[in-house]
Amino acid sequence: MKRIGVFVCWCGSNIAGSVDVDQAVAGALKLAGVVHAEHYVYMCSDPGQQKVKDAIEEKKLDGVVMACCSPRMHENTFRKAAGSVGLNPYLLEIANIREQCSWVHQDNKPVATAKAIDIISGTVDKVTQNLPLDTISIDLTKRVCVVGGGIAGMMAALDLACAGYEVAIVEREPAVGGHTAQISKSFPYFQELPVLLEKKIAEIEANPRIKVYLNSEVEELEGFVGNFKVTIRTKPDFVDHSVCSNCGKCLDVCPVSVPDAFNRNLTTRGAVYRYNQGDRRQLPVIEQGDCLHFSDNGCTLCEDACPENAVDLGAIRSTRQESVGAIVMATGYDIYSPANLPEYGGGRIPDVIDGMAFERMLDPKGPTGGKIIRPSNGETPKRVLFIQCAGSRDPERHKAYCSRACCMYTAKQARLYKQQAPDGIAYVSYMDIRSDSRDFEEFVQAGMEEEHLVYIRGRVAKVFSDCGILKAFTTDTLSGRQIELDADLVVLAMAMEAKSGIHELAKKMNVTIDGDGFLTETHIKLYPVESSTKGVFLAGCGQSPKDITDTVSQALATAGKIQTMFSNDTLIADPLIAEVHEDICSGCGVCIEICPYGARVMDDYKLISTVNQAVCQGCGACIAACPNKACDLINSTATQFIRVIDDFARKAEAG
Amino acid sequence: MRETYSYYPGCTSHSTAAEYIEACGEVLAALDIDIQELPDWCCCGAASAHNLSKSLAIGLSAFNIAEAQREKADLLIPCAGCYNNLCRADYALRNDGRQRERLEEALGFSYSGEVRMVSIVDLLSREDLRPVIRKRVEKPLSGLKVVCYYGCMLVRPAEITGVDDPENPMRMDRLMADLGAEVIDWPCKVDCCGGDLGMSHGKKTKELVGAIVDYAIAAGADCLVTSCALCQVNVDSRQNRIPIVFFTEMMAEAFQIGSRKRWWKKHINDPSRLFQEL
Amino acid sequence: MDRADNFLKMVTEASGQPVNLCFQCGKCSAGCPMIAEFDYPPNMVMRMVQLGQRDRLLASKAIWMCVSCETCGTRCPNGIKIAAVMDALRAECVAEGVKPGDRVTVDLHTAFTSNIKIFGKLHEATMLMLYKLKSKTISIDDLELGVKLLLRGKLPLLPGRSKNIKKVRELFKETGR
Repeated sequence: MKRIGVFVCWCGSNIAGSVDVDQAVAGALKLAGVVHAEHYVYMCSDPGQQKVKDAIEEKKLDGVVMACCSPRMHENTFRKAAGSVGLNPYLLEIANIREQCSWVHQDNKPVATAKAIDIISGTVDKVTQNLPLDTISIDLTKRVCVVGGGIAGMMAALDLACAGYEVAIVEREPAVGGHTAQISKSFPYFQELPVLLEKKIAEIEANPRIKVYLNSEVEELEGFVGNFKVTIRTKPDFVDHSVCSNCGKCLDVCPVSVPDAFNRNLTTRGAVYRYNQGDRRQLPVIEQGDCLHFSDNGCTLCEDACPENAVDLGAIRSTRQESVGAIVMATGYDIYSPANLPEYGGGRIPDVIDGMAFERMLDPKGPTGGKIIRPSNGETPKRVLFIQCAGSRDPERHKAYCSRACCMYTAKQARLYKQQAPDGIAYVSYMDIRSDSRDFEEFVQAGMEEEHLVYIRGRVAKVFSDCGILKAFTTDTLSGRQIELDADLVVLAMAMEAKSGIHELAKKMNVTIDGDGFLTETHIKLYPVESSTKGVFLAGCGQSPKDITDTVSQALATAGKIQTMFSNDTLIADPLIAEVHEDICSGCGVCIEICPYGARVMDDYKLISTVNQAVCQGCGACIAACPNKACDLINSTATQFIRVIDDFARKAEAG
Repeated sequence: MRETYSYYPGCTSHSTAAEYIEACGEVLAALDIDIQELPDWCCCGAASAHNLSKSLAIGLSAFNIAEAQREKADLLIPCAGCYNNLCRADYALRNDGRQRERLEEALGFSYSGEVRMVSIVDLLSREDLRPVIRKRVEKPLSGLKVVCYYGCMLVRPAEITGVDDPENPMRMDRLMADLGAEVIDWPCKVDCCGGDLGMSHGKKTKELVGAIVDYAIAAGADCLVTSCALCQVNVDSRQNRIPIVFFTEMMAEAFQIGSRKRWWKKHINDPSRLFQEL
Repeated sequence: MDRADNFLKMVTEASGQPVNLCFQCGKCSAGCPMIAEFDYPPNMVMRMVQLGQRDRLLASKAIWMCVSCETCGTRCPNGIKIAAVMDALRAECVAEGVKPGDRVTVDLHTAFTSNIKIFGKLHEATMLMLYKLKSKTISIDDLELGVKLLLRGKLPLLPGRSKNIKKVRELFKETGR
């Protein structure tokens, strides 16, 4: 015999204003199985919850119906309260008489009250058929894989390692550091980024819990949250770093000369090269695609020159597997190519460069020794034009979005130029100035006031070369004039775009991306670092363009989230998931195809479909799809709903 | 099978661009491409029509499209300005149901969209014609430094004219290089000559043309090469420092065909000495 | 504000361009070859349409000095063809009988189209003569040029004619010209 308690909440006047709570209680008491019913002004309050707890204990209730607001609000609250006094939480259900009743029938009290009683009646019946459930425990491998070894990946890895967890960083390039390694000084305090980065890289290398896979990419991802298996494929770099003495003789003899991407094509490199030519601690690597040995099948100049026999041109790629419980996607961004802007001579005029190339010039260990020069003749430019929004905020032809960091780094670059060449002129062509963090606005204003940066509001139409001088046709919308500018160097703040290969990678990782290729978060406000797949977290520009502060904030947030996940020994999953009636299941496999989470798995021995309890989200797709009705949702079975509908139908017939 | 086209000579064919049209005819014949002038045609409206009434402008061009449809062959258009107008009308007929209905009724035809508007620059710079053209060159234009002046109408708006890149087109450049000329890159490839304001605001046109010619000369060019009748007359008539030659005249010179001596005399800035020096 | 909305709506429909998308980046003005002759630069014209400043715009010189070179529309980050907007403003100016900001250019267009109405194909000689007389813009430069062209046979004395001139004139009639 059931002993159900019904608790009707006034919700102030939200419910009581339309529903007669006395009648609702009276109606509840008439229902079969209901031994207790009361109403109170705010059931979710402490005294309200206490009433529920007291009634459970005193009246020995074995089921509870809360007639109140939407379960989204307080289902957890009330279930916890029930659990605290020994009632299985899943024997408590919410009858929503607010959003689905009182709020929509505010003008008709009798109807609202009758409907509230009907809703309560249906819910009471459902509860009588509920099973007591335990949450599901999932095994948890407390190790992490971080995809991407830039600043985001490194910061997340360090926090996690310090918390005691092993981390595997998978980095595509021959060195960690990402784009941050290319940048000179940061805004707004002109701090030396290479020094900061070097410290972090040293920490990474020194930490025994962190394993870095260089020249590596994710080949495959299997498993689910808490139990991932990542297959990592490592390209050979053909140099045995354990014996290489970094003498550099191989670099001298290599006959190949290709544009050096790290230095944004300001200089060249060989097929054997240091990834960051200015960092002499980095060991040489060989890029197979550029190496003559692999195309012409012959050249062994570096191998011959090496005194340590460190060159191994026969090296092959390797594959490793890492078992982890959580993954951080810190894949970063690519720079939208200036060649996409032919009206600016991008890719054609040597003195038209992108912002990152300008950064490389500022590096004292960079291709120009720290001097800002005109690539065409090596002279110091007397007039530099910085163009913001190059490829960004251009829905018709390029990227519709704003790349967020350009206003600040352009101001920084312009200020650094003026500090290097105080007699020079720096023009900044802008549409808006987005300087919205601590000391950012002051930084930009200081540029205008102290370094006399000339900000011209308007987009540049065309840049071309005229007898060695660059001419720009632009406008100042504020004064309404067309302006023809002469410049020696033009710096384009090119848009940040999604990393190349992100579509394939996202597919492998089972995470969603948006139309621009950026990884999408679960909720932009509340869950900004979680991806669509449980256990996979997002940090940095791979999610959307941002500066280093926000990137690091996200990275640390993912580390925090993962530590929260790892704070238990197992993962707790909701038991309100799908279940299979094994004797009815015919093994047709429709549910397996339909499941958006990959939670349905065919048992090849029994030839029936099973539910992976750790992954199932209880969405109900397989239940609707099953042609044999072999599938049901626990505590929301078809039978339960049919009973409720029958009940309504009978009442309707009776009038 | 010989290629055949209907031909829309445009109003300047018997006036300011007479030599251009003659050169076009010669070159097409030399390349075994047949053209048949439309039995009837009217002015495309140039700039003036669309400046007063979009409907009138589309109507005038549609008149010619209707004619071309009767002839069934694709329509070859030498003047860049006419090409632009006809493309716009074709685009409107294709995409704007209201305009199409109105014009089908007014002109008594049913728009089929089967006749393509073809710019002569597009045709003669086609990839598969390049070896044919190179073979036809009798006297390469070696030593002749040219800059290619595409102007506005040929390349903009890109989605309607569809001939070449609107910021840095290369089709004519490539063609001139195939004829043996030294093609120089310069910043005014697609700059406006002032268009029809040459007739109402001569001084402004002189200013614009002056700037264009400044850059051509600074780039080291001996002459400009163009495909637009209006560009040619504006640039030729508003300065006297450098000749501007139609691209088919160049082709005819390289092929050594046509009454070139007579054509050169029609230019205000005489290009004949350019070819004597080669 | 109603009137402003109406004007924006009218121009948007007549030109087929999404004028409300303009965020005043100024790239159109930056590349406009005729901007020195404009009383309002192109980006300002767009702003004035958005704000419904009909009278100032229809009376402006800017709308008539635009030569529809389409440099602006090719570069606009919002895909707005400013030249098409100029066409719509010009047509409205003429349709409403507003005194144009540049009489001379309107005279040219009128002379040109009237000439086609007669012959179907342009007859430069008669058109230019009548235009220059009407607009009183004849200059020594023009005369010199006229003579040069005439001597080179570039100004034929006899006009060409369209065969179906009746149809051509119908097209004019149909659009109220």
